[in-house]
Amino acid sequence: MKWLKDFITDFGWPRIIIALFLMALFIAAPFVGVKLGPSFTDVFNRFGQNAVMVLALVPMVQAGCGLNFGLPVGIVAGLLGALITMQIGLTGFTGFVVSIVFTVFFGSLFGWFYAALLNRVKGEEMTISMYIGFSIVMLFSILWLVLPFTKPTLVMGYAGEGLRRSISLENYWRHVLNDNALTIQIGSVIFPTGLILFVALCAFFMFIFMRTKTGTAMTAVGSNPDYARASGVSINKMRTSATIISTIFGGIGILVYQQSFGFVQVYDAPLFMAFPAISALLIGGASVNKASIVNVIIGTLLFQGMLTMTPSVINSMLQTDMSEVIRIIVSNGMIIYALTRKTKVAK
Amino acid sequence: MSEPLLSLKNISKEFYGNRVLEDVSFTINKGEIIGLVGENGAGKTTLMRILFGMPVIAETGGFGGTIELEGTPVVFTSPFDALDAGIGMVHQEFSLIPGFTATENITLNRESLKRNFMCDIFGERMSILDRAAMHNRAQAAIERLGVKIDPETLVSEMPVGHKQFTEIAREIDRKQVKLLVLDEPTAVLTESEAEILLASIRNLAAQGISVIFISHRLAEVTSVADKIVVLRDGKVVKETPAKNVTIRDVAGWMVGRDVKIESHERTPVENRVYLSVQNLWVDMPGETVRSVSFDVNKGEIFGIGGLTGQGKLGIPNGIMGLFPAGGKVLLDDKELPLNNARAVLEAGLAFVSEDRRGVGLLLDESLDWNIAFTAMQIKNQFLTSILNLFSLRDAKGMTKLAQEYIQALEIRCTGVKQKAKELSGGNQQKVCLAKAFALEPKLLFVSEPTRGIDVGAKTIVLDTLRRYNKEYGMTIVMVSSELEELRAICHRIAIVDEGRIAGILPYSAAIEEFGYLMSGSAKEGGAA
Repeated sequence: MKWLKDFITDFGWPRIIIALFLMALFIAAPFVGVKLGPSFTDVFNRFGQNAVMVLALVPMVQAGCGLNFGLPVGIVAGLLGALITMQIGLTGFTGFVVSIVFTVFFGSLFGWFYAALLNRVKGEEMTISMYIGFSIVMLFSILWLVLPFTKPTLVMGYAGEGLRRSISLENYWRHVLNDNALTIQIGSVIFPTGLILFVALCAFFMFIFMRTKTGTAMTAVGSNPDYARASGVSINKMRTSATIISTIFGGIGILVYQQSFGFVQVYDAPLFMAFPAISALLIGGASVNKASIVNVIIGTLLFQGMLTMTPSVINSMLQTDMSEVIRIIVSNGMIIYALTRKTKVAK
Repeated sequence: MSEPLLSLKNISKEFYGNRVLEDVSFTINKGEIIGLVGENGAGKTTLMRILFGMPVIAETGGFGGTIELEGTPVVFTSPFDALDAGIGMVHQEFSLIPGFTATENITLNRESLKRNFMCDIFGERMSILDRAAMHNRAQAAIERLGVKIDPETLVSEMPVGHKQFTEIAREIDRKQVKLLVLDEPTAVLTESEAEILLASIRNLAAQGISVIFISHRLAEVTSVADKIVVLRDGKVVKETPAKNVTIRDVAGWMVGRDVKIESHERTPVENRVYLSVQNLWVDMPGETVRSVSFDVNKGEIFGIGGLTGQGKLGIPNGIMGLFPAGGKVLLDDKELPLNNARAVLEAGLAFVSEDRRGVGLLLDESLDWNIAFTAMQIKNQFLTSILNLFSLRDAKGMTKLAQEYIQALEIRCTGVKQKAKELSGGNQQKVCLAKAFALEPKLLFVSEPTRGIDVGAKTIVLDTLRRYNKEYGMTIVMVSSELEELRAICHRIAIVDEGRIAGILPYSAAIEEFGYLMSGSAKEGGAA
């Protein structure tokens, strides 16, 4: 029984409970009339849709900047990238790639300023970053109205200026990753191979990056800044790189999300995007100062699995629509839980 | 005294698979003073944590054996249980509220109360403090110690010695206190304050309170204790009445090998200035360096001594770029850039910091990271290149390096993947040394290499330094508060006073001469 005990302490009770709960939901689903096939399809899609944004949190956690509540900074960069590409009129896969290029550019720029701010508030990053996130979303709410976008599909119909609340990607690059030649269908389960491959690519990049000299230095800065400094590593430089990478990945994350979701949502939509990503990472077993790629993958699967299954199964059971309420309770509850056990990390 | 007050029976404890206590048994009689000694990592702290029911023990799997208090077995699940049972503890670090007076600290949460009409409505918590009664109680507790402290002084305005007494007074203010555990109570005291403390411990024992006295200062232990219990590697190796026991005996039992800091032969020094420091100033809080100049020859072990706060620690920290500094530092006739940690490391200097846990280690990372990290960052070692595009951490190489040093420096651990925070102080220090050696430095700064570590580890650390000096001709600058250890391994020793070098003496100079320099009386003498 020792291995079981070790496994439980290693893996952590919360993750085990959530995994068991998720399994129970899948078992219960057919009995309340929820079809399993589409449910699996849903879980895969939502996993791919959200995983990159969760991944974006890793470098900042490792560099000691805490959980990136300022993920909207990256998201806004992604929105800008997508909208500019649409304004130019590029569509399909080309459009998607060009929007990534724009996103990388804006992400680096915003990330640099964001990092400069965070380097002045060491120790309070998480509070400050949350306000930075909120502020940049509001600043851009104004900009979305005044920036010179002219494409009829982008701007509001009557006035002819100012962006619409949500802009359809249907004629641009909707489902460019989800639905392509690589997609596999087994029975009623559709496996979005392209999407998952893209996520895997991003995860692999992050994995490699955290193992380079710079990535190692970043981890050391997060672990003990004074040690890193005495070893000749510039703390601010490392934190800046981590923040920029996090911001860029946040931008790419929202692009992946949009192409799967089918719409570009502007104005206050990015406001609460950081919370589900953070909860997913924490469910995955990360702490405020340590996170790994494995945490990202397990966490996103469990969290998105819960979000997909809980509402549909429970709604069918109770005959009411509680999905939003349950989603909020789960994601915020997880953040609170994780912040109270700051130091413990599961493998 | 038929029945012992407290008996520990076959106590054992494991941490992360490391057996830290094995079959520890001893008894304490009423009014007896037990001197508990042992190296760092011998298990003293763990034993006291078990006795006190600290939660960390239960979290790491509990312990084996039984504790009996006045004949009945007890299990404390929290320190509060232990307090209720009459065991008081004074920790190494003060746990006093600085803005409160001695009286308030001593009677904290056990204040004398006056009832008023509000109590009838809202209950006891509405009572008013009875300041006069509290004052008297505090006065009485302090008098029991046999010292003079005004109970109305703010703790923040007290000298350290008085803070220590206030702590003890707080413990003995409890009516039912039977046993007092003092963990390194004299570590922060001056010699005369320590004397008074020892006297008051005897005083307490005479009043029937038993005391467990933990100290590194063996002279104090042998003079104050009735019985000495020696722990080594988690076992009781000796339990003996303190009468007729000499310090040398105790030290021998503690380490199980001969300990004396003996004077070894020095390796010959090249007659060539290797490091030249000219008019260095360093702005390090508490250790300001005003203007320091000295030369170190190639292959020399150069000692820097002096009293705390005079600036000796500022010298290496300033040169290594950790604190703002100015002046001129030449290594092998090339000027070193100041205020640039990276450039200094790249020039071939390395530093073992006095702040082991704060600066020296990545406490949450494994030993191979701790040892290899600096070498990776500075010398691009332990990286494997992939297709010449980018290079990744070489985990195998790091493990191999760590294993080499674990063996060479006798680091006691479960393996290279153990976290640095799980090691004892002495072994952590060895990891810090390994980190510096991994850089293969031309010149090594070591700051307080033996602070807070036990005699055994001390010997290994000093031997290691001497070996590297002899075998690799490494030039070493060692900063230490312990003059004896400087005299044991250095070629020359500089004494720092008020941020300046008061004088440089050969190791063989008489101890009185060093004392003379430290006392500050050489200032106008122009001894430098």
